[in-house]
Amino acid sequence: MSSKERTWWIVAGVAIVIYALFPVAWIVSLSFKAPGDLANGQFLPTTPTDENYSTIFTGAGADLFLPALRNSFGICLIATFISCLLAMFAAYAIARLDFPGKKLILGTALGVAIFPVISIVTPLFNLWRNIGLYDTWPGLIIPYLSLTLPISIWTMSAFFREIPWEMEQAAQVDGATTWQAFRKVIVPLAAPGVFTTAIIAFFIAWNDFVYGISLTSTSAARPVPAALGLFSGASQFEDPTGAIAAAAVIVTIPVVALVLLFQRRIVAGLTNGAVKG
Amino acid sequence: MTTTTLPPSEKTAPVSAPGHTTSDRARSERKLGWLLAGPALAVMLLVTAYPILQAVYDSLFDYRLTDPENRSFTGLNNYVVILSDRTWWISMAVTVAITVVTVAVELVLGFALAFVMAKALSAIRPVLRAAILIPYAVITVVSAFAWRFAFAIDTGFVNSWFGWLPGIGADTDWFGGQGSALLVVCLAEIWKTTPFISLLLLAGLAQVPEVLQEAAKVDGATWWQRLRKVTLPNMKAAIMVALLFRTLDAFRVFDSIFVMTAGANNTESVSFLAYRQTISRLEIGLGSAVSVLLFLVVVGIAALFIKGFKVDLAQARGEG
Repeated sequence: MSSKERTWWIVAGVAIVIYALFPVAWIVSLSFKAPGDLANGQFLPTTPTDENYSTIFTGAGADLFLPALRNSFGICLIATFISCLLAMFAAYAIARLDFPGKKLILGTALGVAIFPVISIVTPLFNLWRNIGLYDTWPGLIIPYLSLTLPISIWTMSAFFREIPWEMEQAAQVDGATTWQAFRKVIVPLAAPGVFTTAIIAFFIAWNDFVYGISLTSTSAARPVPAALGLFSGASQFEDPTGAIAAAAVIVTIPVVALVLLFQRRIVAGLTNGAVKG
Repeated sequence: MTTTTLPPSEKTAPVSAPGHTTSDRARSERKLGWLLAGPALAVMLLVTAYPILQAVYDSLFDYRLTDPENRSFTGLNNYVVILSDRTWWISMAVTVAITVVTVAVELVLGFALAFVMAKALSAIRPVLRAAILIPYAVITVVSAFAWRFAFAIDTGFVNSWFGWLPGIGADTDWFGGQGSALLVVCLAEIWKTTPFISLLLLAGLAQVPEVLQEAAKVDGATWWQRLRKVTLPNMKAAIMVALLFRTLDAFRVFDSIFVMTAGANNTESVSFLAYRQTISRLEIGLGSAVSVLLFLVVVGIAALFIKGFKVDLAQARGEG
């Protein structure tokens, strides 16, 4: 590669990084602006302040934000756990057993993945009100499975298909018990796939807005994205922009941390089933 | 076809024994398979098939939650009401416009990103990969707020930065008109979802056999010819899968519209219309009918892709 060409690729790379980070940098910058500074027409704050963060953690916004943060973490983690557990069994069957339901299950997962979420919301809204699941954790965890389960099944099946299952028998031939062969050979091979699947499922649950805004009404179950959509100032005269920006930064931290720690795995998880099948 | 492809050299699918005589072993394997995969299948059907059937049923009634006493069967009347109303057609046009614009731009931009990542020096590749995953991971609502605040008259910087362009001034109200508001919605959607497309395309690019590229080069093919005759045909599957998922995903656009315009100035999408009927107006019958119509349109688009463009779903996978 000539040095001119090399410069070109570096310029293109820098452009990508700017593209990816610019809106995030903007919301971070906005979160450090004082109320009087919001309309300064500039990207950066004149004098940075942590006022907005105190608003959402200890001030007027805390009643809305803190329960929402707890709900988001709780609901998303439980939904991720359940869908990974169900997907693990299903993916094992798909990858390893010969049974006629494979196509049906993968096809159903695909159908569910492209399902318009709002079409589920309308009937659930009515049903949940009748059976008392409206505005509860289970009332969100159950529909979240429609988001997380299909991708979990696809991603995990793709990972499991690559596991050299013969090694299990090999270990048994070498004298390991069935349990030992499973624990010492199969679990370490399968764990990365399960873990990656969990991260992707968590992203999707964490991103939900439609269910969150439609199936909750109080801080009993309302997740952060829905709370952000409803954020208003301490009084109607106070501009909530700064508080929204600060809350947005806080909910972005977990996903950015996961991306930075596990980027290679996430990319593999998102793409390996797509082109190999 | 005059395109150049190599036969797939992927791992072989387990060949099912032609089962005239189903052995005990095969039968027990089948049983175990259903036992393991059954719960996942049941849950998926429970959270989608059941609600959509309920929605079909509800859509046949004139039913308002605030007035449950007067619930009455109206047959297909709700559908007649919706389909003869301008609101439905405006929301449909808005949704189609957003879908076509964002998917088209994302495909081109996604390609550019994938090419850069494929060619980038291996030293900076992890940096690029992490950077590109960030828009994918950021919550849609957060991205929508970021773009809204950037373009807003009071909190934004766009008007002061781009004031030198004709038609943009300190008081340009981006969310005051249908066209400009939808433009900002599209920008936010494109920013957030291009990375997903580009990752799928990058994986597709990696599948294009280097041998073919070299051969084409030796034969004197230009860069453009190689792109059209070698690269693109060999990654057709990846392109179609990316296209299918993004199209259906874009068609459900809701979060950005909710945050940026709340449907004002004729910027309502079909999903937003269904939400407004059900949750805000508590018109269960009408809302259900909109939901069913949206579902049918999505099924239609999927069928068009699968039958019309022959997308191989064995190679596709789910992405919410």
